Amino acid sequence: MTATAVRHKNNLKGTEMELKELTGLLRECAGVDEGVDLDGDVIDTPFAELGYDSLAVLQTTGHIEREYGITLSDDTVAEAETPRMLLGFINESLTAAGRAA
Amino acid sequence: MTSDLRVRETTAAAEEVRPTAPVVTGIGVTAPNGLGTEAWWRATLAGVSGIRPPARFDASGYPAKLAGEVPGFDAAEHIPSRLLPSTDHMTRLALTAAAEALDDCGATPDDLGDFGAGVVTAASAGGFEFGQRELQALWSKGGQYVSAYQSYAWFYAVNSGQISIRHGLRGPSGVVVTEQAGGLDAVGQARRQLRKGSRLIVTGGVDGALCPWGWTAQLTGGRMSTVDDPARAYLPFDAAASGHVPGEGGALLTLEDPAFARERGARVYGAFAGYAATFDPAPGTGGEPGLRRAAELALADAGLTAHHIDVVFADAAGVPELDRQEAEAITGLFGARGVPVTAPKTMTGRLAAGGGSLDLAAALLSVRDGVIPPTVHVDRLADGIALDLVREAREHPVGAALVLARGHGGFNAAAVVTAAA
Repeated sequence: MTATAVRHKNNLKGTEMELKELTGLLRECAGVDEGVDLDGDVIDTPFAELGYDSLAVLQTTGHIEREYGITLSDDTVAEAETPRMLLGFINESLTAAGRAA
Repeated sequence: MTSDLRVRETTAAAEEVRPTAPVVTGIGVTAPNGLGTEAWWRATLAGVSGIRPPARFDASGYPAKLAGEVPGFDAAEHIPSRLLPSTDHMTRLALTAAAEALDDCGATPDDLGDFGAGVVTAASAGGFEFGQRELQALWSKGGQYVSAYQSYAWFYAVNSGQISIRHGLRGPSGVVVTEQAGGLDAVGQARRQLRKGSRLIVTGGVDGALCPWGWTAQLTGGRMSTVDDPARAYLPFDAAASGHVPGEGGALLTLEDPAFARERGARVYGAFAGYAATFDPAPGTGGEPGLRRAAELALADAGLTAHHIDVVFADAAGVPELDRQEAEAITGLFGARGVPVTAPKTMTGRLAAGGGSLDLAAALLSVRDGVIPPTVHVDRLADGIALDLVREAREHPVGAALVLARGHGGFNAAAVVTAAA
């Protein structure tokens, strides 16, 4: 079972998503460009340089919203230019969802 | 007509082709009887049919049970992982054919320049299989479950866009939607772009909607064969014609400005020497169907006459009335049994927007190899069909070929390809 599936299974709202989990989801939802090493130090690399356009990020965040029961506004997603910024928005929502639960 | 005379005329056709006619320098094929140009051409000359019950969905509960499905296509082998989540099956086939054609033509990005090359494809329905999956997600689970890529993956212009992006072809691009005539109409539109200054256009059609939604939509047209014997289901011009079998795939070509092709020393399959499109008269008005006029205009456009044509690739609807109309158009131009006629699509089914361009590819390889591919399964021509139908591959010099295509709704297109000038 993948880390994503374990988290989903246990519905661990309130815990933090890390880079490795996000890159795993990007790989699953939008594939990987040839020549891009998603396992490298990419936390501050712009999505555009990783070969992901806005639709690829939207496809991935849509999946995250469904699987983790959180809501991310389209504006939020558009503002997140790097994995660090997107993780910030996601973890903010996860924390809020955890408090609400 | 003696074969000596035929050979002399063949030579004459090449001499009379205008040196300004665009040339085809690359071919890519994904067809139900072969993946890749040479595999498909070998199968086609050998009379190997790709018509069978489809594997990707269970058609056994539908009135029509047979399809032409591209065999052995593993998308991950041909398509980068980045493109897999965003592409319908027929777009993956189109990307595969485009990559083969571009590789085959040998032009480099440096040759083409930033805006020197574009993409003009034909389409009929867009990505139906992708669309069906996402619409099912919408009504069964909700909007949150619909792929973001639905926004363009099911759009009929998607193949032109994906090919253009993948290969950096930023010149004029577009899409033509004229059902089965589209495979020729796209190449006609590509020729217009070359005349306006483009160097190379990737053009043709790769199509397909072999999924329950596509199947149901096509069944309502009333032209699909419900015969379940793969050797008897699609019999154009035959006394037992009962409609057609739909298929997927097609061909993409690189069409080039002839001066540019010469300059870069390109290998040339042949010239796209003439093209024309017509509409049928409005239903009920009783005028003559427009197919013959399209053929006459395409010949005139090429500067040739019927005597120069060595083979006709027929539209081959498989519907008795449409077969009769096409046979009359051909005999009206060439006389009874006056020219070899063939329909290799009897091995693939009708490929919607992919059909005309796959016939163009076959015509070009007939020119290259001096052989006419066969029409399979047809064994008894319907009364009044006075055609010399080629039933086994026929060795025969081909200097010029006429390709015919009709699209549902009154579209007619005709193209003439010749040996290069």
